[in-house]
Amino acid sequence: MADDHGSTAAGTAVAKVAPASAGTAAIDDTGLVNPGEPEHRLRVTDLDPKKERLAERRVSGFFFLSIIGSILAVVFYVLFPITEEAPVESVRISTLSLGLAIALGLLGIGIGAVHWAKALMSDVELTEMRHGTRGTEATREKAAAVFTLGNKESGFTRRALVRNSLIGAVALTPIPAVVLFRDLAPAAEPNDLLRHTLWKKDVRLTRDPSGTPIKASDVTYGSAFHVIPEGLEESEHYLEEKAKAAVLVMRLRPEDLIESEEKKDWSYDGIVAYSKICTHVGCPVALYEQQTHHLLCPCHQSQFDVSDGARVIFGPASRPLPQLPIAIDSEGYLIAQSDFREPVGPSFWDREKN
Amino acid sequence: MTTEAPQKPTQSGGMRFTNAAANYIDERTSISGLVKEVGRKIFPDHWSFMLGEVALYSFVVILLSGTFLTFFFEPSMTEVHYEGSYVPLKGIEMSAAYASSLDITFDIRGGLLMRQVHHWAALLFIASIGLHMLRIFFTGAFRKPRELNWFIGFVLFILAMAEGFTGYSLPDDLLSGNGLRIIDGMVKAIPVAGTWVSYLLFGGEFPGTEVVPRFFTVHILLLPAILIAALGVHLLLLVINKHTQFAGPGRTNDNVVGVPVMPVFAAKAGGFFFIVFGVIMLISATFTINPIWNYGPYDPSPVSAGTQPDWYIGFADGALRLAPPHLDWIIGGYTIPMGILLPLVVLPLFLAAVAFYPFIEAWITGDKREHHILDRPRNAPTRTAIGAAGVTFYAVLWAAASSDLIATHFKLTIEGVIHGCQALLFVGPVVAYLVTKRVCIGLMKKDREIALHGFESGRIVRLPGGEYIEVHEQLSEHERWRLTSFTDYKPLMIRPNAQGKITVNQRLRAVASKWFFEDRIAPVTKAEIEQSHGDHH
Amino acid sequence: MANKVERPARTTRARGRRHPLASIALIAIGLLSTGGVYALATTSAAAESTAAIEAQVDEGQKLFAANCATCHGMNLQGTSEGPSLIGVGAASVDFQVGTGRMPAAATGPQAEVKPVQFTEEQTAALAAYVASIAPGPAIPNDKYLQADGDAAAGAELFRINCAMCHNVAGAGGALTEGKYAPSLKGVTEAHIYEAMITGPQNMPVFGDNNLSPDDKANIITYLKFLDDNPSPGGFDLGNLGPVSEGLFIWIFGLGAIVAITVWLTARSN
Repeated sequence: MADDHGSTAAGTAVAKVAPASAGTAAIDDTGLVNPGEPEHRLRVTDLDPKKERLAERRVSGFFFLSIIGSILAVVFYVLFPITEEAPVESVRISTLSLGLAIALGLLGIGIGAVHWAKALMSDVELTEMRHGTRGTEATREKAAAVFTLGNKESGFTRRALVRNSLIGAVALTPIPAVVLFRDLAPAAEPNDLLRHTLWKKDVRLTRDPSGTPIKASDVTYGSAFHVIPEGLEESEHYLEEKAKAAVLVMRLRPEDLIESEEKKDWSYDGIVAYSKICTHVGCPVALYEQQTHHLLCPCHQSQFDVSDGARVIFGPASRPLPQLPIAIDSEGYLIAQSDFREPVGPSFWDREKN
Repeated sequence: MTTEAPQKPTQSGGMRFTNAAANYIDERTSISGLVKEVGRKIFPDHWSFMLGEVALYSFVVILLSGTFLTFFFEPSMTEVHYEGSYVPLKGIEMSAAYASSLDITFDIRGGLLMRQVHHWAALLFIASIGLHMLRIFFTGAFRKPRELNWFIGFVLFILAMAEGFTGYSLPDDLLSGNGLRIIDGMVKAIPVAGTWVSYLLFGGEFPGTEVVPRFFTVHILLLPAILIAALGVHLLLLVINKHTQFAGPGRTNDNVVGVPVMPVFAAKAGGFFFIVFGVIMLISATFTINPIWNYGPYDPSPVSAGTQPDWYIGFADGALRLAPPHLDWIIGGYTIPMGILLPLVVLPLFLAAVAFYPFIEAWITGDKREHHILDRPRNAPTRTAIGAAGVTFYAVLWAAASSDLIATHFKLTIEGVIHGCQALLFVGPVVAYLVTKRVCIGLMKKDREIALHGFESGRIVRLPGGEYIEVHEQLSEHERWRLTSFTDYKPLMIRPNAQGKITVNQRLRAVASKWFFEDRIAPVTKAEIEQSHGDHH
Repeated sequence: MANKVERPARTTRARGRRHPLASIALIAIGLLSTGGVYALATTSAAAESTAAIEAQVDEGQKLFAANCATCHGMNLQGTSEGPSLIGVGAASVDFQVGTGRMPAAATGPQAEVKPVQFTEEQTAALAAYVASIAPGPAIPNDKYLQADGDAAAGAELFRINCAMCHNVAGAGGALTEGKYAPSLKGVTEAHIYEAMITGPQNMPVFGDNNLSPDDKANIITYLKFLDDNPSPGGFDLGNLGPVSEGLFIWIFGLGAIVAITVWLTARSN
């Protein structure tokens, strides 16, 4: 539609007020003229008084249904309490009954109101003229005059020092507010904490969550133990330490295990211990497939090969899972030889630095 | 000089009361001015114009149900032992936030219902914003004078997603806690300041005891306040600019054709609020959402198969899944995890493209006129095709977030699904663009055919000479107007400026303009119609 | 001493006097007779139960030869088609055959549940046969299968050890390369126990030193609680989490509302 054509008799109010450039619009005159509104078609409720009364009854019927719904909701609230004998079942019944009744109360009003508008209210389409969004020249002149006068009376543009120092002052006022939020973070340096976990020399490997120590002989071929360090329970920051110290212990046949020279004595008789914290973004890598020796992380599907140093074989992770060097103590319980030799979990900026 | 509103001699008690009340208020607030201005304001009536209302009404539902929940929820991560009704969690150590969420669910009548209403309404809120944005995009309603309103709407979209994310993290359950873990991992990946920002967000090491109370403040105070303010401006601009309308007989760029606020629009819009509320209530009464009792309290050790965020964060999770492995760069001893930074950079770029699209298109067309008549999507083929490509890009990322569920349900491998999505991410938008553009142009051609020659009536007539023809029924003037009234743009012709130079800006514009408008179908002219009448019977 | 008449060597007894060995003989006879009767009685019972067991094992061997030996070898030693079954125990057989996984339709890392091919007696026979070849995990004691343990302890163990593959509600989940951990809905108590203790296919082995029998009983209690208590929020959409919830709201929620808007703005007739 070419904007300057085909408008109603009132003229192009918008175009007159805002003679704007049309850019690359092709304003060829198609020569076609807006035929104006089509004839209004009457509805059955306009023509037949019986239908009109039927529509009225329907509308009020919906409103009555709504009343029933609202009352029912109160009734159900009292009638269906949460019982001690069947807590889950009674919550189910209470939720369902309350929800259905309230829904009836709401839908009754909604459908009734819409039906009223559609069937009974006047459906003649009306036309309203737009004003150009841009103010008229007169208004804009007045507005401009307001600013000019204000400028003259205050000397804003003239008094450069006043103006510039104001801008500087206003710009700096929010800074203290920003700085105030610094104490959202604790004072201590975070990086050191990331490099240390509760694992140390001779700390026993224990079952998660009971904390009972694990004997090497408990770990059979094909098994997977979820492990936490002994003493985690007593830690002041239980979840924070667990978030770094969670470990997975698995046993493979020694001939299936590929070990590098430096890490040859980190396992014990085919038993290996790896950090459970994914090196991608930190989810627990917990899905162990005992036949394939693959470890799958359920969050973003990173896969690690336990038989080969937990190196990444698929998925967005970048680094293998850190290995916990283990041994056994005099009673045969699995112990750590030391802490992890690298930070666990996702990569961060100065991870490689010490 | 004020007088009492003139009263007719015979009036019912109700009428007298209303008149008196109206008079009382007007004498104190000048409300009659507002009523006069707004009362019979015309709103065009099309179903696709109601999508914004769906968003608005679901937001109201969220506010109402959320207020209920704030009376019972404890935003604290203090460790407690669960003493409520749900047997499989009895005695388990958990945060007060999780315990209070369980209490709302199992020990407060209507609590579970309100939790479900709140969460279903939130999903619907963001979905309807998305659909509303798509409608605005594909009909070109973002053109002048509504570019700013588009931008505000985009801001509302981001705020809504942030509300959703902070909201579902409040119960501190295993699923949302793992989501926070992922956020922590992403934040830590930021170069230089990553670990410090993580520390700031969680008030120390992850998970800490601060994140739930902080998210609570953000979720019920900060974000709603900003959202409501932005929403107010959004609606104010809508009233000032008036609503757009589709082309049609009697509709021009200078008028609005539709129904007045009082009584029709108010009845329909008001009724629609109750309908949206009722539908949400119906769904919440019958379908479970976020069964926190199954997940258990957050603990860094367990995790559930099928760990996904709420749908509107899916595109970000999918982006993480699609990054290839081994992308950590070590430069000068410092680690730059590109596998995480790539999504962190690409996604905001995509969102920025969405936010600034109106300004980009305005620059390409150079059209500074006001547009109050909507485009049919087919009449803006390149824009529609770009939209289809953008939707495809978003959809592939969204689908990638459910890669493991796609694998189990369609008996595929997760590796296959992820590789497939990685390929589709690049191929999909291109194919979608090409196909959509051709379809649009094809539809424009069809419209042209119908405008010129009418549509096939199914009547076969034998002419005296023995020839068989199918009679075409011509369109009425009203029907034809809809097909022929659309804005047509020509590609920009490069012209040297006043200094006789052709600037880089001009060249870029010309290239873009050519890309947008070279393939076009011009609207039918009167001359062509008359000529076609001459050709036909 | 005067020469006495040589008495015959204690073969005759003086009349009226018991022979010194009489009591010993009586006791001996008593012992022998009661012992003998007892021995006779028990040998026949043992013979019956041994016979029954032997018959079962025989039956199992016949079934095995006909249905399993092709892949697992006539002597359970395994072939290129199937692993060795030496030492897998009756629990393995009861699980694999009882859930229909075995006989497998094809060799591969994923054996899926399909219609059970054998009756309970036949399954028991196969189990007895396999167990007779080499000792392995036995069919669990009934007392661990009553689902009357500590559901809270079981739920915690389930979340830590099982939920990552099977999903927190036991709905199942994806593994690598097309494998999957199946849904646990409706699985019998015995099969749950047997799966834990034998570690079928790629599932890890949860021996009694990892999850004790009581731990296993608690996990079973929790799973049965889930089976017996449908979600209080209504239909659970498969317990698959936010993905199904998002799909639902777009398709059915928005879909219904858009349909309503079309009705709302349509002209009344």
